[in-house]
Amino acid sequence: MILLIQYMLVFTSVLMLVALGGCFSEHSGVINIGLEGIMVFGALGGALMMKYLPAGTAGWLVFVVCVLAAMFMGILYSLLLAVAAIDFKADQTLVGTAMNLLGTAAATVIVKALNTAENPNNPSSTIQYIAAKKNFLIVGGYEFNWFMPLALVLLILSYVILYKTRFGLRLMACGEHPQAADSVGINVRKMRYAGVMISGLLGGLGGLVYITAGVSEWKFENGVAGFGFLALAVMIFGGWKPTKIALAALLFGLFRSLSNVYTGFPLLNNLNLPSTVYNMLPYIISLIVLIFFSANSAAPKAEGIPYDKGSR
Amino acid sequence: MQKERTPLLRKPSVQTLLASLVCILLGLLIGYIALLIINPAGAGQAITAIVKNFWTYSKPATQIKNLGMTLVKTAPLLMCSLSVLFAYKVGLFNIGAAGQYVAGAGACIYCAIGLGWGWLPCMVMAILAGALVGSISGVLKAYRNVNEVISCIMLNWITLYLVNTLLANVKEPTSNYTYAISKHLVMVDGAATTVANPGAIMPSLGLEKLFSNNKYVGLALPLAVLLAIAVWVVLNKTRLGYELRATGLNKNAAKYCGMQDRKNIVLTMAIAGGLAGIGAAMLYLTGLQQWSVTQSSVPAMGFNGIAAAFLGGLNPIGTIVSSLFIQHITDGGSFLDMRVYSAEISDFISSLIIYLCSFVLFFKTTLNKTLDRREEKAIRMAKGGKAS
Repeated sequence: MILLIQYMLVFTSVLMLVALGGCFSEHSGVINIGLEGIMVFGALGGALMMKYLPAGTAGWLVFVVCVLAAMFMGILYSLLLAVAAIDFKADQTLVGTAMNLLGTAAATVIVKALNTAENPNNPSSTIQYIAAKKNFLIVGGYEFNWFMPLALVLLILSYVILYKTRFGLRLMACGEHPQAADSVGINVRKMRYAGVMISGLLGGLGGLVYITAGVSEWKFENGVAGFGFLALAVMIFGGWKPTKIALAALLFGLFRSLSNVYTGFPLLNNLNLPSTVYNMLPYIISLIVLIFFSANSAAPKAEGIPYDKGSR
Repeated sequence: MQKERTPLLRKPSVQTLLASLVCILLGLLIGYIALLIINPAGAGQAITAIVKNFWTYSKPATQIKNLGMTLVKTAPLLMCSLSVLFAYKVGLFNIGAAGQYVAGAGACIYCAIGLGWGWLPCMVMAILAGALVGSISGVLKAYRNVNEVISCIMLNWITLYLVNTLLANVKEPTSNYTYAISKHLVMVDGAATTVANPGAIMPSLGLEKLFSNNKYVGLALPLAVLLAIAVWVVLNKTRLGYELRATGLNKNAAKYCGMQDRKNIVLTMAIAGGLAGIGAAMLYLTGLQQWSVTQSSVPAMGFNGIAAAFLGGLNPIGTIVSSLFIQHITDGGSFLDMRVYSAEISDFISSLIIYLCSFVLFFKTTLNKTLDRREEKAIRMAKGGKAS
């Protein structure tokens, strides 16, 4: 049982962080399909930091530096979307898709290059971080890590920023009716950049949390297995609202963690279902959720439409 | 009166071609820079290896044989890119071509090995399986307003796991791969044995002789080209195509004109899925590859189809060329020195090309604006000349 809760909380943190990222981007008016690629790059930043930090570094410092590295890489990568979608008025779905493919391909190329440079006989795309990862755990031996309280703090912060600050309300205005926002002197371009970059920050961090969930090495060829899209489903299920997103993430986290731990439950084990059923479960659940929650969509009205000052 | 002539640069087809070439060159340039950063010494040689692909071999016979190999894999890629293109014309982004392709692969491999069917019924099953997966996304989009990109991704993973489970029934006992496609798995007294089923391999039509007896070259090539032309005809010359495109341009207007937008969306996704499905049949019914039932990621074919579709300017005939190019550099990646560079640099370049393709619209508007300004200037100059 404790095992289930551990994994559930880890995956909940990931989904919540990334979904909140998507939430910021979409509230500013930019659809962020590229979250998956952002996650991969955030994960890459964190993993490289864990690999190259000297062994004697203090535990809290490792944590802070890795988190910052993941956030930085996420923001950097999200600029690809921001530039194309905001300044060049590109098709946001196409850009996002390209970013997802590019994220995995580029990360694989980078990691393989680093691995082969170290040892020509090691053309793998795996990074190991067994020692560094231990610093993230709150209690040794359990998978409870410092990312969980961090995710909770970021959730509260997101709520406050979106609903209680001038910045957040302006951001949402740009996603609902950019022309109106512009007419009262809000810089739509800046706001949208801010929205996309915040999604990069949260998505990048989410990527780092994902690759440290219960494993101590990551093969970058595999990307993040559709987690960015699961997060989008969480965001839609959560009606683009931080509090509901947190609850939705909890539900999805539960189903995702079942595939890791179902063997520990006599009840589930006795059902004798093949493990692929548990692997498919989160995707099936999210399809079902989408079927019921997409019809009356609460999506920001202007999302996906490039802002053109001349249009009415 | 002189006849009005459109300047060359004004023609949409010329602009598209130009934009695609710019995308390719920029993509290769950035790829080259990446190679330089990894290892400056071999970068020039590496990028030539990617671009040259089979020309790296010195013997003409080997070259031709490997050209055949690239062509064999181009046919399914072309089908995937047609699938993406067809849906995009109707305003749908079919990122699920990958999953529909997987469904097609699962269906045709199982029918061939598990049931011992001939290639034609296997191919039909692949089309149906792809169409089924595609139409699920279509139904969800049309009737439940589910974003097709997200539903497609979810279906990609669901299909992958389902197909892995299905094909585990026909895998070799000693490896993770399925039996060769020309074998039929039968139970004799409770023990699994195989009998030959050569009928599951697509006929070669004698085409293998053109490619130094590359036995994998066959029916798939002409069929793929024919289907590309068929897609062009359907989209541009039939009432169905007109309705579908109208639905894509403005759903509400099409509905107002009495077109059934929901039915059209489902139909589109079914056709797109069928195209991706037949693509899988074109690859696996040659016997070139066996399916690994433990693969944990969706095959890249469907995603490369997106690259080919946009690089081809969303024109069925253009995608024939762009598919060949994408497959060419993908295969070229395998000629790299693995101790220094990774083959994924090709994926890197093709995904860069997709990213750059999203700037095509901007490129065209800027080009047209520049041309407008130049014309205006010319007119003003001409007027000024007369006045003086």
